[in-house]
Amino acid sequence: MSSVKPVRSAENLVVAGRIFRSRLIVGTGKYRDYAENAAAAEAAGAEIVTVAVRRVNIANPNEPMLVDYLSPEKYTFLPNTAGCFTGEDAVRTLRLAREAGDWNLVKLEVLSDPDTLYPDMIETLHALKLLVADGFEVMVYCSDDPVMCRRLEDEGAAAVMPLGAPIGSGLGIQNPLNIRLIAEQSRVPVLVDAGVGTASDAAVAMELGCDGVLLNTAIAEAADPIRMAKAMKLAVKAGREAFLAGRMATRRYGAASSPKDGLL
Amino acid sequence: MKEVQIQLNGEQRNVPEGMTIAALLEDLGISTGKVAVERNRTIEARSGFGQAELQAGDQLEIVRFVGGG
Repeated sequence: MSSVKPVRSAENLVVAGRIFRSRLIVGTGKYRDYAENAAAAEAAGAEIVTVAVRRVNIANPNEPMLVDYLSPEKYTFLPNTAGCFTGEDAVRTLRLAREAGDWNLVKLEVLSDPDTLYPDMIETLHALKLLVADGFEVMVYCSDDPVMCRRLEDEGAAAVMPLGAPIGSGLGIQNPLNIRLIAEQSRVPVLVDAGVGTASDAAVAMELGCDGVLLNTAIAEAADPIRMAKAMKLAVKAGREAFLAGRMATRRYGAASSPKDGLL
Repeated sequence: MKEVQIQLNGEQRNVPEGMTIAALLEDLGISTGKVAVERNRTIEARSGFGQAELQAGDQLEIVRFVGGG
């Protein structure tokens, strides 16, 4: 399919025709409570938050609900398929999410290995085809393989989201070469999803030409999550500005900044 | 009153024969607007909860959004 419209924008993050001013998507897992979570999303300036789909606790149906703290009126909910290990499970989960929330913009994530949490790209591609045929707009968590990212795009992904490092590892971008290649080749938005540990990692992703960053643990497990959320917001903006500005060429030796003429 | 056995979120449960999904949710204290329901692997439309009568052996899943990455 080569009918994919060029949807990447210098000004805003445009995903599946929806315009977002913020290029930072934050998760809603691992926080102390939903109140801290809401404060962090606010400080991050996020407009999209990822959410998971799980069974209602029948024994305690009155436990706190995410939607009571993070309003779907204020944030675009991006239901994910975290914890799914087959394409069929992922499709089943997202159909339930669509019914619960009435949104068709979703995050597809099909894992393979429980230790590395690396994506199973065969199952992911399979699930993507099913979801696209079913009318979903799919942002796809994927390996940092430019060939696979191209395949996802050709199958109708609304965005490709290669990992920087394993989920929750905080190791930063391990393969900047691949992330840059993916950012350069793609016609749909590219977001680094997973592996960001601190603000500089987010800035690097943006300097490599990515359209955005999706992160969770880097904020949730910071000593001061609200402050880190603010740092991430600034880092994504700074990295984006640096990318648009076009960085200087590197040199192997020093080059003086002051003129040589007129020395005393 | 005659009861039928269903499976609710993975656990066996007896419910009155002819109970609707809407009545079950009310009985459980679950707000309809915040959940999705799947019966025997098929999504139940929210608009049909009031008419959808539970049958013996039904496998019901009631889910909601929670925090996640």
